[in-house]
Amino acid sequence: MATKKKIGKVAESAKKVAPSTFERAMKKVGVTAPKAKPATNWDLHQEIEAFLFRQSEMLDAKQWAAYIDLFANDGVYWAPSLPEHEHWDGKPAIFIEDRDLMSVRMKRVLHPNAWSQQAEWATNHIVSNIAIEHVGKDGTIQVRSRFHMMEMRRDDLRHFGGIYRHTLKRTKDSFLIQLQRVDLFNAQAAYEYVLQVWV
Amino acid sequence: MLQERVPNIAKLVEPDRVHRLCYADPDIFELEIRQIFEKTWQYCGHESQIPKTGDFWTFQIGRQPTVMVRGHDGNISVLYNRCPHRGVQVCGSRNGNAGAALTCPYHSWRFHLDGSIESVPLEKGYLGTRFDRENPAFHMKKAARVDSYRGFIFANLAADGPTLTEFLGEARIAIDDMCDRSPVGKVKVVFPCNRVVQRSNWKFFMENQIDAMHPSSTHMSTGQAAAEVERKIGRETGEKPLHYHMLSAFTTPFDKWDLLETVGYPYGHTILTGYMGLRPTDRDTLEHEAILEKAYGKAKKDEFLSRNIHHCLLYPAVSIQSPLQQLRVLRPQAANRTLSEIWHFRLVGAPEAIYRRSLWYFNLVNSPSTLVNADDLENWQRGQWGLTSDGGDWVSFHRDFGRDQDDGQVIRSTNGCSEAPMRSQFRAWLKYMTAGTA
Ligand code: FES
Ligand SMILES: [Fe+2]
Repeated sequence: MATKKKIGKVAESAKKVAPSTFERAMKKVGVTAPKAKPATNWDLHQEIEAFLFRQSEMLDAKQWAAYIDLFANDGVYWAPSLPEHEHWDGKPAIFIEDRDLMSVRMKRVLHPNAWSQQAEWATNHIVSNIAIEHVGKDGTIQVRSRFHMMEMRRDDLRHFGGIYRHTLKRTKDSFLIQLQRVDLFNAQAAYEYVLQVWV
Repeated sequence: MLQERVPNIAKLVEPDRVHRLCYADPDIFELEIRQIFEKTWQYCGHESQIPKTGDFWTFQIGRQPTVMVRGHDGNISVLYNRCPHRGVQVCGSRNGNAGAALTCPYHSWRFHLDGSIESVPLEKGYLGTRFDRENPAFHMKKAARVDSYRGFIFANLAADGPTLTEFLGEARIAIDDMCDRSPVGKVKVVFPCNRVVQRSNWKFFMENQIDAMHPSSTHMSTGQAAAEVERKIGRETGEKPLHYHMLSAFTTPFDKWDLLETVGYPYGHTILTGYMGLRPTDRDTLEHEAILEKAYGKAKKDEFLSRNIHHCLLYPAVSIQSPLQQLRVLRPQAANRTLSEIWHFRLVGAPEAIYRRSLWYFNLVNSPSTLVNADDLENWQRGQWGLTSDGGDWVSFHRDFGRDQDDGQVIRSTNGCSEAPMRSQFRAWLKYMTAGTA
């Protein structure tokens, strides 16, 4: 009886501790739970979903120019080195590119002397767990999603996964990306070779 | 003995060419680990990686998992990451804080931060046995020697051989060149480092860093892509951001690279001169120079800033780009596999803009999404495959052979694209590999 009571007590206190400890631990690995309440605007949700799917298909189809065009003129693609980085300014990053730097990357891989491009390679992206986190009064939309990228290069397979956080601007019939933040869950693992294009 | 399994090692190295087995043979690799990596001064890390008491950082020296720990007295110990009880690794994460003592997870033996034994549970069970607190066999084993130069910590697993100062010799200028750009002579690491695996022998990297012949060939794609966008930005804004120049500089033709110079020092250290024309005269640079002049006086400042280093290699495993405060250190894992750690440092007391500038280089060139090293790693991988084949036995280092200025110790090349630095590295390599065989 006494033992049972004790266990009950522990469980009670564990409950109290668990959420915050858990939250903190998760924050450390960049996994904050989505802020979204269940979607109320399914039209918007579907529209965004289609946009994200299209973006990832462009990567897999190697349509770099179209991919860059999804970004606003002052848009940024950013993959932080650490999940706790709140801004790229002054911080090392896995990727930090505006449209100009993105076009350097594109022109490089399309250059006939990009030796690393002689190897056969392809990617396969899956995007899921889409949640609209915020719709601002100015029409800016914050979206969080999960991705999984499988990459084949010569005879090797690699996996990259993590969280996309898109800040989208409405256009007449679609969106433009103001910021795409990519938190690789394996950003700090040793890289077997490097990443040549966006994840 | 490994040296017997690798007979006639001297026959593999000729002054102008080396045998492919030096790169591809697993036995030779094991011998390199014993004769070079576990007998020379190896870079552990920078003291700012472990600023607080109990902070530790794990890494590898040769085949040995090691850990550097900051003690209560501020001193840094380098220990084999192994519990003397039953061998379990004591520190289980790459880095962290051990608290007041290092505790083994298996049976809770505890060690002071210098590795000596602190406590053993149920110690009375050892009464009358050969267990002995005073015996170092019951402590976490220490690296035979630890020393540091201006905050850069090195360890040597061998008790004898040159001191760190003797070993670094003239090549310590790389560390000086980095630190002296700070008005207080100090740098601090920027977290985190990048870690990238090269699927090639460690020597590919060491040769590549001072191979002025390779950038125009290897990196033309990036050089031209960046130059194109750089011109576009120039047209649109009337200004060209400096970080584009870091990439477009790769369009520099062979004959310009050939104007550089290389120096090969004893022990294998090597310098490639020339600094990509990155000593600009913009406001940030001038502000930085003024700060240095105030700290050191004009003469010293001019001396510091007239050093001319593109890459400096501390053989066998460190490559320093001092003007940009970046350091790469190799942790070889197999003849065809090398882990590299890439670090960036902040110049304490220098203008923020100077840090931001070199951060661009870190992000564009030294990150896992590198626009530059992608082609280097590709070439070394293909090189490794080539040298694993029977398509030919020799690696050619003939360019400008016979024209080196060689006083028997230091080898200076007459021109940047000379293969003198490779010849020089192999002269040192052979000495290491045959040392102690008489
Ligand atoms: S192995 Fe470390 S305490 Fe037993
Ligand atoms: Fe290179």
